[in-house]
Amino acid sequence: MENLVQTAMQNVNFAAIMPSLVLACFGMVLLLINAFSRRGATAHVALISLVALLTSGYTAVMGWNNPQAGFAGHAVLDNYAIFFTIIFLIAAGLTILMSDSYLKREGYPVGEYYTLIVFSTVGAMLMASGTDLMTIFLGLEVLSVSLYVLAGFFRGQLRSNEAGLKYFLLGAFSTGFLLYGMALIYGVSGTTNLVDIGAFFAASPAAATNPVAIAGMLLMSTGFLFKIAIAPFHMWAPDVYEGSPTPITAFMSAGPKAAAFAALLRIFLVSLGSMEGTWSSMLWVLAVLTMITGNFLALNQDNLKRMLAYSSIAHAGYALVGLVAANEIGISGVLFYMLAYTFMNIGAFAVLVLVGKQGEENLTLQGFAGFGYKRPLLAVLMTICLFSLMGIPPSAGFSGKFFIFAGALDAGYVWLAILGVLNSAVSLYYYLRVMVFMYFKDPEEDFEWIQLKPGATICIVLSVIAVLYMGIVPSGVMSLARQALF
Amino acid sequence: MLESYLPILVLITIAVLFAVGSVTFSFIFGPKKPSAVKLAPYECGMPLIGTARERFSVKFYIVAMLFILFDIEAVFLYPWAVVFKRLGMFGFIEMGVFIIILLVGYVYVWKKGALEWE
Repeated sequence: MENLVQTAMQNVNFAAIMPSLVLACFGMVLLLINAFSRRGATAHVALISLVALLTSGYTAVMGWNNPQAGFAGHAVLDNYAIFFTIIFLIAAGLTILMSDSYLKREGYPVGEYYTLIVFSTVGAMLMASGTDLMTIFLGLEVLSVSLYVLAGFFRGQLRSNEAGLKYFLLGAFSTGFLLYGMALIYGVSGTTNLVDIGAFFAASPAAATNPVAIAGMLLMSTGFLFKIAIAPFHMWAPDVYEGSPTPITAFMSAGPKAAAFAALLRIFLVSLGSMEGTWSSMLWVLAVLTMITGNFLALNQDNLKRMLAYSSIAHAGYALVGLVAANEIGISGVLFYMLAYTFMNIGAFAVLVLVGKQGEENLTLQGFAGFGYKRPLLAVLMTICLFSLMGIPPSAGFSGKFFIFAGALDAGYVWLAILGVLNSAVSLYYYLRVMVFMYFKDPEEDFEWIQLKPGATICIVLSVIAVLYMGIVPSGVMSLARQALF
Repeated sequence: MLESYLPILVLITIAVLFAVGSVTFSFIFGPKKPSAVKLAPYECGMPLIGTARERFSVKFYIVAMLFILFDIEAVFLYPWAVVFKRLGMFGFIEMGVFIIILLVGYVYVWKKGALEWE
């Protein structure tokens, strides 16, 4: 017993979870602040959440190039975890920036909204720094449960209720798959530690073709691919994205998606590297299927939120190409792309927040008619975000796609790269259509003047600056992404 | 080896035969005079008032949920108390952190009025 306590104490290394620890403490303080604030006062909660994110980000950045492992191999704060932590913090921060005016407009000024965003960020960070199946599962649950509530946050709106319930039921179901897969992998290898699982499969190659191990791998990837919304597990995404509050949709399509990618990459590359022959052919098919599904279904969407939901499916497909390539440039390309996608997608959603009217109205293409004359500057910012989503230089989206497809070509997946580029060409249509409405259609007779809310405007400007920076000087972020590989 | 299980098999056979036999024979030979009261799911007790599938106030669920939450805390406290001396300061601080986390939740539900019935 004495030994057990000693080992436990030696293994505790709070530096390994410092960013999530800081954020979780802030989250609890925020909860208490919510309890003691009067109804409808949310600005200070939003402000403290931003401070929390900055503090957590500071502790994360301080740990760069100084990997810390702790809790008996359950968590590690290496460059990889830090890179993803920064992505989650940026996604959460930009979401909070655009939320305050939005919540007031929709009539739900409730402080718990920010607390939930903070807690879901904690979960995402645990997923990125978890080096044990159990830690990753714990992170996924913290992330998901907060998101289920956030998706159905507008209690009075039927669509929001539907989104929350749908996400919850399907999410819980997919978590079951994930857990079953983890159990099978544990059954084969006898450990839940990612590094130990990898060592086990490297030591006994016969186990890598064991049907039980393959079933475990497939079930586990089902769980993660559901969260990323990879076809054929994407069915929930359009409905949930459309029904959720717009800032939450932006957050969901950036933060949690990156979190699931973080865990998926770590598990596949560290633990299941010996099975690469099996999973890379599977992911090849899924990547192509996802790109085609997302892009072709987006073609016919009139509601911009729904269109961006389908486009988000397609973008997950592009990112998956990098994992199929599984080489240095491909994987660091995925990291780069996740950051780029966070900025360009949240930027576009922030414009939707400004353009939308109470009750999530005015989000159809018609609502954007003449937008280029009503608000020329905002329209330019939206255009840059859309160009980046298309993948047109000089934008972050272009650089990201370039690295990922270069990785695929390097690894010999020529057809995959060709299909990816063709799919990007298809996506031009539905992004350009928005621009056609913005610049070549006359506004309705009695259009309302769009009010610029400070938070959302800052969010858009920051996103666009980042998109342009990552597009014009991609080498800076890319070298960080390369250092972040394990 | 298997022979030593024979008495158990005999016992199981007799038990099954007795159970099936008593139900079958009483079903065949017993007199049957059914009435509404006799056919009710529970023959003794109070007469039924309405259906059991009514809508309950959400307050019941909140209380039940909170009860489980803080009940689990007690479940963790018992084994901790048993080995408290051997865990020493480390265990004390760990449990303190655990209780503070739950306390934050408790203060929150209290302030939000989840514990008030009216």
